[in-house]
Parts: sequence; C-alpha cells; structure tokens
Amino acid sequence: MPNLSDLKNRIASVKNTRKITKAMQMVAAAKLRRAQEAAEMGRPYAQRFNAVLGGLAASVGNSAGAPKLLAGSGADKVHLLVVMTSERGLCGGFNSNISKLARTRAAALIAAGKTVKILTVGKKGRDALRREFGDQMVHHVDLSEVKNVGYDNAASIAKDILGRFEGGEFDVATIFYARFESVISQVPTEHQIIPASFEADEETAGESTVYDYEPSEEGILADLLPRGVATQIFSALLENGASEQGARMSAMDNATRNAGEMIDKLTIEYNRSRQAVITNELIEIISGAEAL
Amino acid sequence: MAMMQYDLVSPERSLASGQASEVRIPGSEGDMTAMADHAPVITTLRPGVLTIVSDAGTAEYAVIGGFAEVTATSTSVLAEKAMPVAEVTADVLAGLVSDAETALANASVDGKDSAVKYLDDLRSLGSTLGL
Repeated sequence: MPNLSDLKNRIASVKNTRKITKAMQMVAAAKLRRAQEAAEMGRPYAQRFNAVLGGLAASVGNSAGAPKLLAGSGADKVHLLVVMTSERGLCGGFNSNISKLARTRAAALIAAGKTVKILTVGKKGRDALRREFGDQMVHHVDLSEVKNVGYDNAASIAKDILGRFEGGEFDVATIFYARFESVISQVPTEHQIIPASFEADEETAGESTVYDYEPSEEGILADLLPRGVATQIFSALLENGASEQGARMSAMDNATRNAGEMIDKLTIEYNRSRQAVITNELIEIISGAEAL
Repeated sequence: MAMMQYDLVSPERSLASGQASEVRIPGSEGDMTAMADHAPVITTLRPGVLTIVSDAGTAEYAVIGGFAEVTATSTSVLAEKAMPVAEVTADVLAGLVSDAETALANASVDGKDSAVKYLDDLRSLGSTLGL
C-alpha cells in the first residue's frame, strides 16, 4: 500500500499536468481559429489561380512547346518528396500520419526502381524520416522562427524546389501535408506539383469563355507556372497550420480528460488508504483497551 | 455608368471587392482600363499602381506580380503582392528594389531581361508614388 504522502504528491503532480494540458488546449484553440481564418483567406486566390492556370494548361498542355513544369522533364526516374510537418510535437498523430504516408510512398517508389529524394519542411518530419531515409534527404527548411507563415515562406521554398528542377535534380515533385477537415479529422494528403496537375474544376469546366491573352498564352503560362508552385505550397502550408492546431487541440483535450480520470482514481485510493490507517489505529486502541 | 464586379486578392487575403465602374490595370504589355462589357482578356501584371474607380471614389493599390482576368461582367486581379498605396513607404520599396538587384545579379542569361525589366518597373512605381 503506497503511503499517504506519496499519493498526495502524485495527485498534486497530475493536477499540475492537467493545468498545463488544459492551457495548451486553449492556446491551440485560439491559434486554430487564426490558422483557419488564414486558410480561408488564402482560398479565393488559390482557387482562381488554379482555375485560370488549369484552363491555360488544358489549351496549351498538349502542344510540343509546353513548358517543362507542365509537361515534365520527359523522364520519371527521380522523385522529390516534399514532406511538410510541424516544428513542435504534442499534437497527436499529426506528424506521424504525414510521415507514414510519405514513408509508404517512398518505399513503393524505391521498390519500383525509382530514385527518391526527400525535402522536409518542419523539424518533426525530418526527425521521423531521418533514420530510414537519411541518405536521401537533400534539404531541410526550418520554419521554427516563423510565427505566422506568409506567402514569402512558400515562395522561398518554391524557389528552392524550382532551382533543383531546373538543375535536373529530379523529375517529379510531390508534396505531403495534412488537409484540414475538422478538429478531429486531418487527412494526410499527397499532391503532385511538378509536373503540374490540376483537379478538374466542375464550375469552370462548363464555361468556355475565349480569352485574349497578353502577352501570348505561352508567355503567361511560363510566368504563372512557377507562381503556381508557390501558391500550392502556400495553401498546403496553411492547411497544415490549421491541421496541426486542430490535432493539438484534440490531443490536449484527451490528455486533460485522462488526467481528470487519473486524479479521480488516485483520490479514491488516497481516501481508502486514509480510512484504512484510521481503522487500524482504532483497532489498536480498542484491542489495547480490551487487554487491560 | 454600367458597373461590374471587381476583386483584388493576394495569396494571404482578399483586399478589395465590390462594384466598380472602371479598373485601371498595369499590364505587363501596357496599362489597360477594364470597364463593363470589356472583351475577356487575361494579362500578367508588372509592378505598378492599380486604380479602382467606384461610386465610393478612387482607390489605389500597389500590385506586384500576378495576373488579371477581365470578363464582360467582372475583373479579378490576383496579385502576388498587393497593398494600399498609403502602405508603400520608402523602406518597403527599398527592400523590394534591393531584392530585385540581388535577383538581377544572380540571374542567368535567359532571366536577365526579365530581371532588368522587373527592376525598372519597380523604380518607376517608386517614382510614380513620389518615393
């Protein structure tokens, strides 16, 4: 039977833990709201951008002079996996889900005889993949100093990736991130960014406005494709930001609840032990008195 | 005057939206004014001042990079960087110019022309704004 002061200490320490997880949950909730707002504000731009780019790509895409970013480098040998995770832990399965998806994909590509290169954004993904794919890691982007991800962050990541593509370092680039669905559900997602792939937008598919282009169609496409990469990375970063906070919020909610249950259990044990001590003392006194 | 829908969005937020009688766009091939019933056109932007004329008056935004999509009923401008002209200070512009200078210094032979043009456009944006 653990003694009383030990139990008391444990209860106090679990109570402290509960305070911390509760605070973290509330901080995550506040940050989640901001992240969600940012993600929502970024949506119109990304949607329009992809719609216009998709329309352009469809009309120019199959011609011989299509830009490499759209048509690909002609090979399918070297794959770059851009794995976006968070800088901080304590957010449930968020990071491990993304890493797991990337790991499965990398293993499948390697099994198919392709070369895999990995670029990580965020510390947690790098840590998770380093042991298995340490040799394949080509670059790591550190966002730990960045409080609110801005378009500039995405643009500099895109610039790095585009530089590698032009240097012929890889043929296909895929980004991995978690799409924010709700506080309890974040879906790890992969999306190919180079060569560019566009989801057919039902709204614009029916439209057949014939645009004039200034400069030429090809000129605009060449100008917009690199920006498209940045846009897609930016929206992935925003989604990821919201997902991370959502995952942390529900993880901390669980932790708070578990701590509460533990406190209840320990309190019952504490009360029982105390009662046992009292009963013992009484028995001793009574049997002492009877012996006289 | 016939009005049309306009939207000005940057990657991070939507800056302005509403009804306007005309939108003056700094296109990469030259300025153009979009009004209602304009022929559909998509143009890339050069760094410059976007002017929106509406019932509420005239609003000016500095825009850098991106494109504008004009249709008969609407104009949407998707700018990589956009801010109200009042927010463009000498410091902001100096930062952009020095970025552009570094980019020019590192530019490949093919990219040199566009880097030079970008820098010139930035400088002329500065002089338009009197900075």
